[in-house]
Formats: sequence, C-alpha cells, structure tokens
Amino acid sequence: MYNGEAYITGTCVVRNNRIYRDGVLLLETPQEQELTDFLRAGYDQVSGQYPKFHKMDPLSKLGWLAAEVLLKDAPLNSYPPESVGLILANKSASLDTDLRYFDTVKDIASPALFVYTLSNIVMGEISIRHGFKGENAFFTADAFDPGFMAGYISQLFLENAVSACLCGWVEVMGPVYEVIMYKVERSGGELVFNADNLQKAGSI
Amino acid sequence: MHSDVWIAGGGVICGIGNNLSECLTAFERMEPGMAHMEYLHSVHRHTFPVVEVKASNATLAGWTGMSEKISRTALLSRVAAQEAWNSTGLGDISQYRVGFVSANTVGGMDKTEDFFADYLQDPSKGHLSQVVHHECGAITELVADAMGIRHHMSTISTACSSSANALMYGARLIKNNMVDVVIAGGTDALTRFTLNGFNTLMILDPAACRPFDDTRTGLNLGEGAGYVVLISDALAAELPASHQPWCRLSGYANANDAYHQTASSPDGTGNFLAMQSALEMSGIKPEDIDYINLHGTGTQNNDSAEGSAIARLFAPHYPPVSSTKSFTGHTLGASGGIEAVFSAWAVKEGVIYPNANFSKQMKELPFSPVTKFSAGRQLQHVMSNSFGFGGNCSSLVFSKNAQS
Amino acid sequence: MEKLMAALKAQIVEQLNLQEVKPEDIGDDQPLFKDGLGLDSIDALEIIVLLQQHYGIRIANPEQGPEIFHSVRTIAEFITAHQTAK
Repeated sequence: MYNGEAYITGTCVVRNNRIYRDGVLLLETPQEQELTDFLRAGYDQVSGQYPKFHKMDPLSKLGWLAAEVLLKDAPLNSYPPESVGLILANKSASLDTDLRYFDTVKDIASPALFVYTLSNIVMGEISIRHGFKGENAFFTADAFDPGFMAGYISQLFLENAVSACLCGWVEVMGPVYEVIMYKVERSGGELVFNADNLQKAGSI
Repeated sequence: MHSDVWIAGGGVICGIGNNLSECLTAFERMEPGMAHMEYLHSVHRHTFPVVEVKASNATLAGWTGMSEKISRTALLSRVAAQEAWNSTGLGDISQYRVGFVSANTVGGMDKTEDFFADYLQDPSKGHLSQVVHHECGAITELVADAMGIRHHMSTISTACSSSANALMYGARLIKNNMVDVVIAGGTDALTRFTLNGFNTLMILDPAACRPFDDTRTGLNLGEGAGYVVLISDALAAELPASHQPWCRLSGYANANDAYHQTASSPDGTGNFLAMQSALEMSGIKPEDIDYINLHGTGTQNNDSAEGSAIARLFAPHYPPVSSTKSFTGHTLGASGGIEAVFSAWAVKEGVIYPNANFSKQMKELPFSPVTKFSAGRQLQHVMSNSFGFGGNCSSLVFSKNAQS
Repeated sequence: MEKLMAALKAQIVEQLNLQEVKPEDIGDDQPLFKDGLGLDSIDALEIIVLLQQHYGIRIANPEQGPEIFHSVRTIAEFITAHQTAK
C-alpha cells in the first residue's frame, strides 16, 4: 500500500537579487537594484511572453517566477491538473500590497491593486499559468517551518489529495523578500521529501 | 489513522445573532441583518447596506475579557470560539491536546486603518501598537492565548474559502492524531479596506443582496466569526449522552479554478471539482445530498458559475439549496466557518435555511433556492460550498451516521 | 478625435501597466478585450477609474462596460458624447 512517500524534484531559491535552481545560480543582478527591476530582469531571463506578469504585485511576481524556474524545463504535465497542488506560506501575508492599496484609497481606489490584497492570489496566478487545479493552501507563520510543511504535505500525498505539488515560502514586505520553493512529486526522484531534505535543499 | 472526524459543537457570531440560537431565530422569523452602518465609519455609510455584528468593540471586549483596544477580528473570533467550545461539554480545555485553526483575510486591518487616520492627520499621533496585530497570524495567536490553547495553531488565508480550508486542515490534524480536538473556522471584521475594495470591483449591491435570483446585482458585506469543534472517534466515544456529536465531517475537497484572479470560470470548473471530490471522499453520490448551503454571494458571476456546476453535477436530482448570505451578508474569511456551523446544525436538527429576497429564478438554471425555514427533517448529508478569489474552491460534506 | 484616441492609448498603456505594448501598437478599432488586446474584467474596472481620473466621467453600472470599452474609438466616442452633454 502507498505510504505517502514523495520526492523533491526541484528547488528554487530567490534572495539577495539572485535566483538559484537546484543550487545553481541562474541570475544575479546588482545588490542595489530595486526589487521591481530585479523581478523584471528575472522575467526577461526565464520567461517573457506573459504580459500579465507586469500587472502582478511583488508577491505574485516572486511566486510566479519561482514556479516558472521550476517548471520551465520539467513541467508537471504528466499529472492530471486536479492532482497538482500548491501549498505556500509566508510571514506578511499580503501586507506589502495592502499598504500600497491603502495609499490609493485617498484618491481613487485601484481595483487592479485590490485584487492582490489577498495572499493566495499568487497561487491563483501560478494555477492560471500552468493549469493546475488541485488543492491550494496558504499559511501565515513567523518563519519557514520545514517540519510543518513536510508533515502537512505528506498527509496530502497519503490522502491522494495530490500527486505532485509546488510548496514553500514566498515572502515580501517592502524591499525585503525571500522565496524557497520546491517541486514535489509522488515518483521520479531520489531526494526523499522530508523536513531534513527540505532544509538542505533550500540552504544556499 | 482511519479515525472519522466528528463535529462536537459549534459557535457563531454574525449580523443576525451573537450566538447560534439567535441566528436560528432570525432564520425562522425571516429577518435578514442588512442595515445602515452603525459601527464602521465610512463615506459609503448611506450607499451600501452592511450586516454588522450588533455590538461595539467595548461590548465585545466585556463579553470576552479581552482589551477593547485589540482588533475587532480577534474579539469576534474569541466570542464564537468560546461558544463553540462551551457547546461541546468537553469541560476543561487544558485536559486535551487542542489545536486552533483559524482563518481570516483582514487581520488587524481595522486597527491599522485607525492608525493611518491618526497618522495622516498628525504623524506624531498614530499609535504603533495598533499595527502590531495587522498580520493575519497575530489574530489567531491572541485568541489561542486567551483560550489557553497551546498545542497547535495555524492561520489560513485563502480569501473567502479560508475557513472551509481551516476545517479541512483541522480534520487532517485529527486523522493524524496530532491533537485530540481542533477548534476550526474563521473570523473577519468589516473594514473600510474591504468595503472600498469590493466597491472598486463594482460588486456591492446598494440594496439587500439577492443570491441565486435572476435580478441579482451584487453582494452585501458582513462580519462575524464561526467555529466548529472537531474531535476523533476516540473522544466522540467518551462524550456523555447529553452531548453527543452533531454529525461527522465526512468529506472535504479544495480545487483551483485556474481561470482568473477574481472571476469564476463560466462553467464553474473549480466549484465542480471541489464538490465532486468532496462527495468522493464521503463515499456518496450526488443524489445522497439532502441540502446544499451555497456559497451564493449574489454576484452575477459567482451564482451563475456555482449554479452551472451544481446543475452539471446533480442533474436531474437537485437537492434543496439556499444561501444564508442573504441573511448574514458575505463575511469573507469567516463565511466558511459560519456556514459550517449552520450546515452541521442542519444535519443535527434537520434544518433547511431559507434564502431571503428571492423572487425570480435564474434563467440559465433548472432549479431555484428554498425560501422557507423548516426543521425536524431527516437530513443524512449536507454540503457547504465556499469559493474564494484566487480561484480557491472548497466543498465540505457533513453526514449523520458513522461510516459503515 | 485623433488626438483624444492617441491620448487614450497612452493612458491605457500606463494605467493597465501594459509594459510590452506601445501606445501606437493599439489600433483605433482593435478589440480591447479577449482575443484583441487581451484585457479582462479587472482591466475594465481600471478603465472606469481612468475615465473618472482623466475625464471626470463616472460609470456607475459595470454592465455598460463591454459596449463602451469595445475599442479605443468607442471609448473616445463615449467621452466626446459625455463631455459635450455637460
């Protein structure tokens, strides 16, 4: 009987104006470059051809970009769309965008900005891009907790709620940001999905 | 590992009642809660009706023993969570391994707004203590601390399906034997932030909302909190005869519509997948569902997508359906929790809730909502739908008997 | 009309953050939504904000959107009609 085992088949880390895939540096821009410009550079390098990217808030751009890095050469399209899940967490929820939206309310409130005042919209953007229709969850916590992630997601695999997923940490508040995103699959890898390996794969 | 998950009790506070019993009375008397704003200060005061909890922060603070300076989101949460706990007869909370899984979307936004109002007038004036609890997670911690819950707490933020997802998460904690009891649901206070936001999306109805009605033009915002208490087989067996569980949480599922940030796909793909998978987990067929508590916000888009998905899944046997949002307004992150309490109670007492303000069947649908309150019916299985922005769709199934 | 349409194109590109579109790439009669420029319901709401900000015109009923916002020309005609009506 299936015991809920799964494998980490990819890792993307975005921090300090650097993007890494599986520990290898893909892109680096000057440290003083602003987040918006760094994100644009990331888009130009790993993707392009998705104009809706420019309308997203920084949280969605970060998550979307990391998903792009993980899926560009190795998509999850061998799994039924309804079995691919997204489980993300962060500290500041959508506060970064909440405050910018707040600023527009004084004048005329921006509908396009209001849309992004929910932290789970980043999962919506990733789902729309890749057609994933499986289970989504977004947690807020003080820090990335590999133990919690591993426990929760193992249960999803065990329940057959997902056969593959993207999971991890997508945080942004003002200029401070960090993404640690993993691709996890029921089969096809060597790195067993557990808290220790999440920690190791995400340490760069 | 294969434990069933039981609903041992529930509590709710919203614009039609400060507890479950008051809410039931409002349903029975057909008294929806839409009114002019009394507690929220907004330029839209006379434009849009809202469904406020009829109590000031000072009153809520008095009931809960918490400070009236903390966010209304936390005060509402505490009232409903405490009622939920008290309804179970489980007694001293410190005897159990208890988890608190609470959803919200606004966090301490009400206090942040006050801070900004003061700050913009005079930058030396704003009190920073007001923004300390802005984060959604801080609300959960405040309430867990006040209730003496230490074993596990989580905050879920997936828009309007948040608190349905809190129940799913709580059920998994029970199935994994990580805790004995989970108080699961959600809370959201009405804020200018959400009111302005939904206004810019042009989906607020300037009159009372009309879910699943052909003439519907939008939703009314509400506020409140709702929690159920989830327990395992082992604990359910220990409950005294006077406090038998209300029902089981037999099925749950979440799916992403993968269509648009805020709009549902025309055929309600995500809604369909969520309902279908929840039925599958319950091990029942569509015709076994005796009542659906709809997401039913009253917007053009939601109701036609949800209706289409129901028509596709349930044809030709449409169960009674209704949207209790026609009474409570849309309480956003709290709605899934509030409606879970109503749905679990529906199984226990055989209640079907009415849909207020209904007059004209939607032309694209072969069914229309129930408009009269009834109780004492035999309901084996009740479904509750919660769909949110970001394409996040959840369905829960509450069932009467233990799995055979 | 030509001047108004040119101004509108620039405003649409800016307001809707269409970073990969140049104002002059938008045809006067090109459909703005779906298969045309690919705008969606949120963009329509942003155009409503744009009309309020730049032209002082309020659209209270979003149902009017699809008709008015078909193309740059239909928006310009709507603006002209409403400004002379004042």
